[in-house]
Amino acid sequence: MTRLESLPGYDAAAPLLAVSELRVRFGATTVVDGVGYEVDGGQTLAVLGESGSGKSVTARAIMGLVRPPRGAVTAGSARLRGVDLLTLAEEERRRLRGTTIAMVFQDALSALNPVLSVGYQIAELFRAHQGLSRKEAARRAVEVLDLVRIPSAARRARDYPHQFSGGMRQRVGIGLAIALNPQVIIADEPTTALDVTVQAQIIRLLGELQREHGTALVLITHDMGVVADIADRVAVMYAGRVVEQGAAAEVYARPAHPYTEALLGAIPRPELRGRRLAVIPGAPPDPGRPEPGCRFRPRCGYAGDACGQQPPAREIGPGRLTACHEWERVTTP
Amino acid sequence: MTTAVERETVLDVRDLVKHFPVRQGALRRTVGLLKAVDGVSLELRRGETLGIVGESGCGKSTLAKLLTAHERPTSGRVTVLGRSLHDLRGGELRRARRHVQLIFQDPYTSLDPRMTVAATVREPYDVNPDLAPRGDRDRLVRELLEAVGLNPDHGGRYPHELSGGQRQRVGIARALALRPEVLVCDEPVSALDVSVQAQIVNLLEELRERFSLAYVFIAHDLSVVRHLADRVAVMYLGKVVETGSEAEVYESAAHPYTRALLSAAPVPDPAARGTRQEIVLDGEPPSPVDPPSGCSFHPRCFMAEDGCARSAPVLEPVAGAGHLVSCHLARHPGGDGP
Amino acid sequence: MASSTLASASAEAPPAARPGLLAKLRRRPAFAISSAIALVVCAMAAVPQAFAGWFGGGDPRKCDLVNSGLPPAPGHPFGFDIQGCDLYSNVVYGARSSVLIALLVTAGMIVVAVVLGSLAGYFRGWVDAVISRVMDVFFGFPALVGMIVLLQAASTHNEWTVSAVLILFGWPVLARVMRGSVLETATGEYVAAARGVGAGTARILLRHVLPNALGPVAVLTGLNVGGVIASESALTFLGVGLQTPAISWGVQLNTAQQYFVTSPHLLIFPSIFLTVTVLSFVLLGDSLRDAFDPRLRQEVARP
Repeated sequence: MTRLESLPGYDAAAPLLAVSELRVRFGATTVVDGVGYEVDGGQTLAVLGESGSGKSVTARAIMGLVRPPRGAVTAGSARLRGVDLLTLAEEERRRLRGTTIAMVFQDALSALNPVLSVGYQIAELFRAHQGLSRKEAARRAVEVLDLVRIPSAARRARDYPHQFSGGMRQRVGIGLAIALNPQVIIADEPTTALDVTVQAQIIRLLGELQREHGTALVLITHDMGVVADIADRVAVMYAGRVVEQGAAAEVYARPAHPYTEALLGAIPRPELRGRRLAVIPGAPPDPGRPEPGCRFRPRCGYAGDACGQQPPAREIGPGRLTACHEWERVTTP
Repeated sequence: MTTAVERETVLDVRDLVKHFPVRQGALRRTVGLLKAVDGVSLELRRGETLGIVGESGCGKSTLAKLLTAHERPTSGRVTVLGRSLHDLRGGELRRARRHVQLIFQDPYTSLDPRMTVAATVREPYDVNPDLAPRGDRDRLVRELLEAVGLNPDHGGRYPHELSGGQRQRVGIARALALRPEVLVCDEPVSALDVSVQAQIVNLLEELRERFSLAYVFIAHDLSVVRHLADRVAVMYLGKVVETGSEAEVYESAAHPYTRALLSAAPVPDPAARGTRQEIVLDGEPPSPVDPPSGCSFHPRCFMAEDGCARSAPVLEPVAGAGHLVSCHLARHPGGDGP
Repeated sequence: MASSTLASASAEAPPAARPGLLAKLRRRPAFAISSAIALVVCAMAAVPQAFAGWFGGGDPRKCDLVNSGLPPAPGHPFGFDIQGCDLYSNVVYGARSSVLIALLVTAGMIVVAVVLGSLAGYFRGWVDAVISRVMDVFFGFPALVGMIVLLQAASTHNEWTVSAVLILFGWPVLARVMRGSVLETATGEYVAAARGVGAGTARILLRHVLPNALGPVAVLTGLNVGGVIASESALTFLGVGLQTPAISWGVQLNTAQQYFVTSPHLLIFPSIFLTVTVLSFVLLGDSLRDAFDPRLRQEVARP
């Protein structure tokens, strides 16, 4: 579908997805506080963060799933090749959803209607967005199930969501997302509920699909192993802000934010056996009671006087950002 | 620290089996058996940590309930400090099961929402009056709270006022009140964030040394198990398929399932990407209601041969005496089968 | 080292405490109004003398047939009933039997429902089978017919007999909710944890299961009070409940129906009191349910 070109602001040279200065509020609480990241076709950006960091809310806001009265996007933009999704009319946005940008949920079951067969639900996408006939749409649905490696797809298309196992459900969820060949896929903790061996299958599948179609993938996760496995770039979120961004290998090798450094130190590794793990003291701040300055300051070992001011995102290398006043001390060993 | 040979066996499990009847229809007829735990034998010595890994449905949680007498086994024996739990009844059983306490997975559901922290930790003393005289209990509760890293002045708080990590600490304090020999930890950190997870893992290590506890540490996270465990048992469909020391299992895994599990676990190092050999298994674990014939892993096994579907392998030593593997092909990798 | 971990852990800040149940309730106008009315009605039931004398009258038994059916007059704001008694003081005194029956029935139903529901939900097996089948029998039986038959057979018709009949036909609804709630609570991990540290059945039931399982029943009971008052009036109106000379809204309505055309105030004033009372108890139960509802609570607790 080539609808995107006809929309205001379209710029073929702009990044595929660029989020900037996004703010989301739930009631009086700001849960996403000026988040920005970019991802281009064929790239995987991992958004890494613990629960409550705002990583999922950001994704839902991009997809237009944050709506009053529950919450509201109060500032910022989410541009697809320059077209701001957040200012588009709901009707336009609905048409882009699925065809240009799609989402895979943590719990695929919740994204599926329990009383309709899986094949029917995928076929519905083709009928609604491409006006295909019932028969043609059903054929395409089977193709999609085949594409996500569901064995005997033609037979399974007639099954209902509850008849699929956890891993197969997640494949169906991915199938729903990629059916219309979107340019951007946002996957929100797609493997968190799965076992290790099944997680490996799903991660491999996502990677293959992305390479075949040149899709941009935004992978939201708390699992640092998954990030290391699949991401080109990583954005680390803490308390509603992106605290560090860069190429995955760079960030893991030389973290430039104390939080990233502490997270990496908290993972049990074979060489740390018999020793205590590094811990981050305390707990994440309460988003309802924001304190001025750097959000990580109360738990940070590097905190100094400057940290009373909110640190700006500083570019410390090509495509490498950190929001820390003391980043130079963090990076020097 | 003493050597393993001198240390006393605190928990001994022989051929433990738990089958749940699967009922269907209006008359609730039994139509099958869910073989949750299907012949597991384990041994745990004082101060030792046995890690148990496996995917969902492998029976590790049922095993935890059997070890702590929350469930009665269909057959087999759990012996705690030389006394078999099945020969005991009433007060005797209650006293025996004190020695083995369970730490639950979800700190949100394992605390009574209407009881304060202090009341929760005090309950073991209240129901076992012989443990401590009434006058000492409040002091003991404060000591326990302190031992698990909680402020003893916060005993009046309710669970909803605590973070996940703090709740898990309360659960641990409650279990410690009975001065157990063994803590069975069923996925104690998987509901927690990474940074909090490290706090709890460290706490468990500290307590192990301080109270010379033995742990049965059950988790699906291989790296956490590796960090804590001296010995590891890998479970698949209700059976232990491989067991050995931490090094034996992680460095020279012999069972194809263990090898696949280890290779599937993501390594938090982007530089290692592409360098490790990855075995991606097909499909998902089959239902424990109707497990496959022969070796229950054979339909997913990348090494399987014809014989694997016919006869079930038994746990046998491979290289070392303590390294047991249940696989026809493990002793002669790529060999000529059974 | 060890000490550093421990110190840091104690510093872990707890999440913000949620606003108390009462504080939240007070912010709801429906709760404020309905609880005020309910309080007034209860006060009327407890000390009718204090209310009945407001306009000069005050004794509901002081009657003069001369005034039979007369409309409102100075000192008698509601007029007079057929016996020539002051209708206002009769209506005030009428609150007593309504509230008394509401209390008796509610208390009785809770006791029966909590005991039977807990037994069924906690022990399951044959205990549950027996109790559940008995409940099914009551659900399948037309309750109104049953109540009429039983009350007609009864030799006395006072608050106690009416309450007994209402309890007999009302408990299964509550007991079923209690059973479900106990079933759910008893499988909770904290119950398993208590058993794990050696707590016996009695302690588990009384300390852990009951307090946590009571919520839904308490809420349903609150919703039910209005219904009980209405049922009592209905039974009395049908002539099988309380009977004259008892003073009750149902009795007043029963008498009034024959004189509706000539003396409409006989029907109107008791009806208003009955309706407002029932409505306020229903609203009260409603706002209690909203406050107790865990889903609504979560909405408040997280952003």
